[in-house]
Amino acid sequence: MNRRVLIGIFETEDAILEATEAARLRGLRIVDVFAPYAVHGLDHAMGLQRSKLPWVCLLLGLAGAAFKVWFEYWTTASDWPVNVGGKPWNSLPAFVPITFEVMVLFAGVSTVLAFFGMSRLWPGRKAVLLDGRITNDCFALVLEQDNAAFDVDEVEDFLRRHGAARVEEREQEVLR
Amino acid sequence: MAEVCSPLRPALIAGDKKPAGVTEDICRALLRPPSALWWGGFSVAFSLLLAGVAAVSYQIATGVGTWGLNTTVGWAFDITNFVFWVGIGHAGTLISAILFLFRQKWRTSVNRSAEAMTLFAVMCAGIFPIIHTGRPWLAYWLFPYPNFRGPLWINFRSPLAWDCFAISTYFLISAMFWYIGLIPDLATIRDRLQPGLRQRVFAILSFGWNGSYRVWQHYEVLYLLLAGLATPLVISVHTIVSWDFATAVIPGWHATIFPPYFVAGAIFSGIAMVLTLMIVARKAMGLEDYITHRHVDAMCKLLLLTSGIVALAYATEFFTAFYSGNTYEQFVFLNRARGPFAWAYWTMVGCNVFVPQLLWFRSVRRRLAIVFVLCILINVGMWFERFVIIVTSLHRDFLPSNWAGYQPTIVEVATLLGSFGLFFTCFLVFCRVLPVIAMGEVKAVLRHGKSHGEQA
Repeated sequence: MNRRVLIGIFETEDAILEATEAARLRGLRIVDVFAPYAVHGLDHAMGLQRSKLPWVCLLLGLAGAAFKVWFEYWTTASDWPVNVGGKPWNSLPAFVPITFEVMVLFAGVSTVLAFFGMSRLWPGRKAVLLDGRITNDCFALVLEQDNAAFDVDEVEDFLRRHGAARVEEREQEVLR
Repeated sequence: MAEVCSPLRPALIAGDKKPAGVTEDICRALLRPPSALWWGGFSVAFSLLLAGVAAVSYQIATGVGTWGLNTTVGWAFDITNFVFWVGIGHAGTLISAILFLFRQKWRTSVNRSAEAMTLFAVMCAGIFPIIHTGRPWLAYWLFPYPNFRGPLWINFRSPLAWDCFAISTYFLISAMFWYIGLIPDLATIRDRLQPGLRQRVFAILSFGWNGSYRVWQHYEVLYLLLAGLATPLVISVHTIVSWDFATAVIPGWHATIFPPYFVAGAIFSGIAMVLTLMIVARKAMGLEDYITHRHVDAMCKLLLLTSGIVALAYATEFFTAFYSGNTYEQFVFLNRARGPFAWAYWTMVGCNVFVPQLLWFRSVRRRLAIVFVLCILINVGMWFERFVIIVTSLHRDFLPSNWAGYQPTIVEVATLLGSFGLFFTCFLVFCRVLPVIAMGEVKAVLRHGKSHGEQA
């Protein structure tokens, strides 16, 4: 499926922030914004929901810790108990350091994998670039022409008023 | 959130750069052929690495008997080196994670290379306990895995098992943190290169990054989460390293002060190593606009702070020994300061407590040559700190008939030099193949195109 989009190219951080905010308030459909670095506040300007990654981190971290406590208990006190210096079979306080490390390991690895999954990034994936300068120094605001009421000339004018250096109309394949 | 832009403070990045200028500067340093200086450094580092490989092969083939250890001093050079290298690594995490949480924007110029340094230092550290096991081909026995010996599991109550988990988790998390930070920069380089093998490699490594803000949003959260995980992790790692000693009943080791003392010492030596590398890289790669006097100044102040903590720990140890009324404890500390290893003890105190005091003076902090020398002295001092803790506590134990000396053999010295060879070889290769400055992060702290200014 293809869609028609209008792309505004901006040169500065201030301009893209302002234009994105204005486009959202005007009710235009923002497909995405492309930026060479993480612009502070752009997520609010685009009206994005908060990322769910912290939940992955919390839940998998807790799962890792719980698994490790169980594993340490099972190996040390149940499967093959070995008397080490007369210490109790179930030496919970001594299990704390490794439990902590395993929690961090589970939380970290699973959050990274979840990030790659959610963002659909993988080694060797072909990058679909709007403009060769995106990863260098320019910003792009992509608006979808979602209905017949979308007046290209008017929106182009609107983008230019908000500091767009260049405006392009393109046909784009819908990736997701 | 109100942001403050002070006209009195110099910009973080000098030269009033624009984002394209940053890409240009960093990629230029990366894409031009290596200089004679680089080849010089590389040949020295690589020769040391080869010497280390020879020494390690010889000692693995022959046995740990090639070392100067004896029945009294059973830990010496190798564990000193291990603790030293783990400590070096900690500054990288401090700069990349802890300073990120504290919103210290100056970190953007140094975090990439500091994180790389962490990885290489942890690699160097890992070698020593593995060869110390005597049969390194059985090193996987350190991990619990189902086996045909029972299955017999590892002893989870042992600090050595904790160490194994702590160091491997630390290495993995640091590596991921570093790589996540690299992805946008790899994409920047990919889009600048002409089609060819190099471009294809960068295309694979950059995971199809295209600058979409929907991805940037998750990316920022991921970065924050990893920083939040790495911060307690780094503290836990050196805490656990200190427990290798503190859980033993040896006077001089059995102290509750060890975890904070070790963590502060680790950050102290690590910052000194970061500064050493940065002062060289700045000059050699022409990065004067990115690593400015302001960065050096900030790191010097961190050195001063951690030196103070380390000095306080030295004093506290003596006081505790005196106040405990325990003769063995008192003997160990007097023996440190006045016994056969007094020279090592006073080298440690001189380099770690007295030398850094010079950093109180602004004129010293602004003279990079002096800072460079101070940093090297601090690292000498920190190496001796670990040596003093380990060897002086062991060499005169409870029974005078057991007392012994310790002298490293040529094999041990070659292994230490080899670890420096590995570290610098890795670092020099890193400087040539990957961007040493986090372009994406530096662009975000430039003053260009921002009305809300820069926050320090």
